[in-house]
Amino acid sequence: MGQITLQQVQKSFGDTEVIPPLDLTIEDGEFVVFVGPSGCGKSTLLRLIAGLEDVTAGTILIDGKDATNIPPAKRGLAMVFQSYALYPHMSVRKNIAFPMRMAKLDKAEQDRRIEQAAAALNLTDYLDRRPGQLSGGQRQRVAIGRAIVREPEAFLFDEPLSNLDAALRVGMRLEISELHNRLATTMIYVTHDQVEAMTMADKIVVLQSGIIEQVGSPLELYKTPRNRFVAGFIGSPKMNFVEGDEAVKHDAHAIGIRPEHIDVSPKGGTWSGTVGVAEHLGSDTFFHIHETGLAETLTVRAPGDVQFKHGDTIHLTPRADQIHRFDASGLRIS
Amino acid sequence: MATQQSRSAARLMMAPAVVLLLGWMLVPLIMTLYFSFKKYLPLRGDSLENGLQWVGFQNYIRFVSSSSFWPSVQTTLIIVGGVLVITVVLGVLLALLLDQPMWGQGVVRILVIAPFFVMPTVSGLVWKNMFMDPINGILAHTWRFFGAEPLQWLSQHSLESIVLIVSWQWLPFATLILLTAIQSLDSEQLEAAEMDGASSLKRFWFIILPHLSRAITIVILIQTIFLLSVFAEIFVTTAGAFGTKTLTYLIFQRVLESQNVGLGSAGGVYAIILANIVAIFLMRIVGKNLDA
Ligand SMILES: Nc1ncnc2c1ncn2[C@@H]1O[C@H](COP(=O)(O)OP(=O)(O)OP(=O)(O)O)[C@@H](O)[C@H]1O
Ligand SMILES: [Mg+2]
Repeated sequence: MGQITLQQVQKSFGDTEVIPPLDLTIEDGEFVVFVGPSGCGKSTLLRLIAGLEDVTAGTILIDGKDATNIPPAKRGLAMVFQSYALYPHMSVRKNIAFPMRMAKLDKAEQDRRIEQAAAALNLTDYLDRRPGQLSGGQRQRVAIGRAIVREPEAFLFDEPLSNLDAALRVGMRLEISELHNRLATTMIYVTHDQVEAMTMADKIVVLQSGIIEQVGSPLELYKTPRNRFVAGFIGSPKMNFVEGDEAVKHDAHAIGIRPEHIDVSPKGGTWSGTVGVAEHLGSDTFFHIHETGLAETLTVRAPGDVQFKHGDTIHLTPRADQIHRFDASGLRIS
Repeated sequence: MATQQSRSAARLMMAPAVVLLLGWMLVPLIMTLYFSFKKYLPLRGDSLENGLQWVGFQNYIRFVSSSSFWPSVQTTLIIVGGVLVITVVLGVLLALLLDQPMWGQGVVRILVIAPFFVMPTVSGLVWKNMFMDPINGILAHTWRFFGAEPLQWLSQHSLESIVLIVSWQWLPFATLILLTAIQSLDSEQLEAAEMDGASSLKRFWFIILPHLSRAITIVILIQTIFLLSVFAEIFVTTAGAFGTKTLTYLIFQRVLESQNVGLGSAGGVYAIILANIVAIFLMRIVGKNLDA
């Protein structure tokens, strides 16, 4: 069991309100990702759930029981920190054993769980090393191992992959998803990387300045963003926004169209412009188009074999059914 | 950085400093060794001009066979050990306390450091006359206030008193070093331990103390060097009486009170040997904390 409910949870540091009253329910077994720009309160929210910060107002329920004033150790949650927070003077084995030792589990059971976690995380060969003698990815796995052996109600991850290089990050992303499938335990995962959010989440919570902008599955957020912020934040490269006459034609204050929903051709399209920088990824090419008269730049995605040179004139056709419309306050018009 | 040329340039530039330092240390050491094998009693007319009489190891034998030798070694070790224990234990506790966010933190920290800036002679006199005086000292008044018989600090509990005075002097140093070490501890480690179910006592024992081990080692090593040569505090309080004669003090008495330079020099060589024995022991016990 690991259902977590936040009711009107609010947090202020001194006079600055970091999180205005907020409601959120996380179902048992869900993989929930908190995503948002830096400083929007993701870590704070996670720490409130963990109990490392006191709420200023509101209630936190874990499995329906009021946990607002329960100390962190008793909430049955395990946290993986961005800095890993391994104990540097203990071997990997002792690090993983630490929570069980604190819980006074018997030695045989401790060993069994350590062996199991080490096997699952490919750490068996490193059990007697100190954290300082491990690579970043291995340290990350030790931190996860230390969380797993507690058999918690839920895992809390605070940007666990942000210190890893790109290739390792992809690998660890898969491992964590795999772990979630196997354990089926609730996981709350904080990141500002929207690729991680899109690929791992059952449910994404988009935050801005402590306010929940939208909660939904990755595809819901992609297809029907509730407002301009979510539309711009989810999806890579970012959605193009066009205001003015072109938007009025669609009965909106602004329209948004994703780079992948614009078709390009050398002649004959709805819009036209001059090609600026072209980013070739091999499979795809992203063109940055200027002088369209619509917005400063438009980004479009074309298949990798489409050739345009810097300065060429290009014609663009947005797919009519993929145009998002927003009103003056930024909300979606459906 | 480490090209052939920069290395030889570096050697050339360091040479004056190295030569100066070597001379600085070697000249007194060689003179001490030289005198320790000579009969040199200035008051009896011995002088360098007339040439000194070679006496072999006689000074060494006399120094050790004196009835004050072993007690002075013991006193030295008790003072060093006592002060180390007190300053490290209290230093850790004070550092923990000062690390807590509290009102007036800046002022409190300066107050805690203050004793370190008081000269040993002054602090010895202040303690002797204002605190430990059996009639007018603050401690005597305190004892009387609670209806107890005031202690004769410096005459009855002389060694404890010296340890107390010297600890008071060195506590700020230990506290300061340990405080900076505590502040360098990653707070996420403590939070992780808290989530792992460690009580604050266990967090101290399993996380903070191991983190401090290196700083404690440094405090112990540096303090030992200075504590082996504690002198002023003894000179102004008990003048070596009541069992407070350390090895340093004994050498001082031999050279300046008995005017026996040869005997004192032999004592000096013993002091060097004692310091090295202590250093080797310390390095054995705590030195491994320094690599890692
Ligand atoms: N202890 C604190 N005292 C005062 N303000 C704080 C404290 N901790 C966080 N804040 C403020 O709360 C806001 C949210 O911080 P938080 O760490 O939750 O951001 P975040 O979303 O995790 O950002 P990032 O992606 O950079 O980690 C920030 O504006 C920060 O300055
Ligand atoms: Mg954060």
